Amino acid sequence: MKGIKLRIFKDRLFRSAVYALSLLSLTPLFLILLYIFKRGLRVINWEFLTRLPRPVGVENGGIANAIVGTLILVFLASLLSIPPGIWAGIYLAENKNSKLAEAGRTAVDVLQGTPSIVVGIIAYLWIVKPMGRFSALAGGVALAIMMLPVVVRSTEEVVKLIPPYLKEAAFALGASYPKTILRVVLPAALPGIVSGVLLAVSRVAGETAPLLFTAFGNQFMNYNILKPVNALPLVIFNYAMSPYEEWKRLAWGASVVLILLVLAGNLISRTVVKKWKVRF
Amino acid sequence: MESAILKTENLSAYYGNNRVVKSVTLPFYERKITVVMGPSGCGKSTFIRCLNRMHELVPGARVEGRVYLRNEDVYAMDPTIVRRKIGMVFQKPNPFPTMSIYDNVIAGYKLTGIKLKKSEADRIVETSLRQAALWDEVKDFLHKRGTFLSGGQQQRLCIARALAMEPEVLLLDEPTSALDPVATARIEELMEELSKTVTIVLVTHNIAQASRISHYTAFFYMGELVEFGPTERVFTVPRDRRTEEYLVGKFG
Repeated sequence: MKGIKLRIFKDRLFRSAVYALSLLSLTPLFLILLYIFKRGLRVINWEFLTRLPRPVGVENGGIANAIVGTLILVFLASLLSIPPGIWAGIYLAENKNSKLAEAGRTAVDVLQGTPSIVVGIIAYLWIVKPMGRFSALAGGVALAIMMLPVVVRSTEEVVKLIPPYLKEAAFALGASYPKTILRVVLPAALPGIVSGVLLAVSRVAGETAPLLFTAFGNQFMNYNILKPVNALPLVIFNYAMSPYEEWKRLAWGASVVLILLVLAGNLISRTVVKKWKVRF
Repeated sequence: MESAILKTENLSAYYGNNRVVKSVTLPFYERKITVVMGPSGCGKSTFIRCLNRMHELVPGARVEGRVYLRNEDVYAMDPTIVRRKIGMVFQKPNPFPTMSIYDNVIAGYKLTGIKLKKSEADRIVETSLRQAALWDEVKDFLHKRGTFLSGGQQQRLCIARALAMEPEVLLLDEPTSALDPVATARIEELMEELSKTVTIVLVTHNIAQASRISHYTAFFYMGELVEFGPTERVFTVPRDRRTEEYLVGKFG
């Protein structure tokens, strides 16, 4: 009898430990969100979102150029990284044992581990120096390098999950390999690929370091990808470092906008996976 | 003697150095059901995969010997044409999950880049689904996804998909082993009906099924063709001891 009581006690102890520790691991996220929303939410209004920054001392500046800039940067990065990333991911999934795939996988892993500041310097050397100026393009390239490994790996994982009998069915109908990949494998993998891409996008949207020497920042609205642009993380970085109360306030507001953007990306990606779920 | 539309001569199949089909010479007679029967691992699936050149898609796989379709060497033909003329249905129903029922039926055309007029596509879809005895059950939701059907319906959809290419031979690799008895009975009925127009090669390890619906039986054991003949003869007076032992259930 005593043995059983001890076991029940151990069981309860273990259970409470699991609950307590999971709760603990969620605490930082909640504290961060709580704090940022407390400081930043009241900054946000229509003017804040649609106006340009104003000089120190002038009230009611906005971050419209940073929002537009971040959208441009993310768009460029997606354009540069998604197509090659998806192809590479399919190659890795389809050729599990080839030497090239092995090398590719290692390269992608190393790239994923590369510090973002290093990626920024590389983009500076490749794009900014030859062009002679900072530009949205350089920022887009830096973010694309950050996105690439995530896109490749998530595509690879999803394509690997496609049951081999679907490919067999296509081959048995006389389909060629490219048609089988394009018309059968890729559509079946699409929800997973889209969700991976959205996660990659929301990850790089918040990157600051790769933009410091590339997109650089800009006080004005700019749509030209060959000129410097502002970006939300840059605004936060620059304003938070400034000694002015008004700018610090704006930095909190920009943080909220950025976090909401990232959260939206995550939520959309989850919905996509659920809504488009392919039943095999 | 009836004419063999498809035949193999000394056909051997390998996985690497492992010889799993050993020098099989076998005819398949036109518009008949030929059953390829044997215990698990006897090479029967590998054998029929050599007929439409699916075997060579496995890394390290190799084929020796000859396969003739209407006296034309299959291994000298373009594999995609071979697979169009020799359709295949698999053990597990495998409709394309992202396509509608309609698109599944004409998938063979879409995936080989053959353009169909709308009226032509409509006709092929209806004829194929009718042939596969599925039309009445799905005609009202042709544009829904095929994966929402039951297992037996999915398998008939796969049969319709193969029939849509108007193949000369239809290979069925244990098509009922994943289905319940009712769905199995429907597929068997369907195979008998189809054998009026198309040559059928059926792989099964279900002895009762073989005796019920086939005209010819080929018994495989350990990669060898042990015995071949009209089903009635093979089942009543087997010539080989191993065939007899398998039929009475001593192994398999």
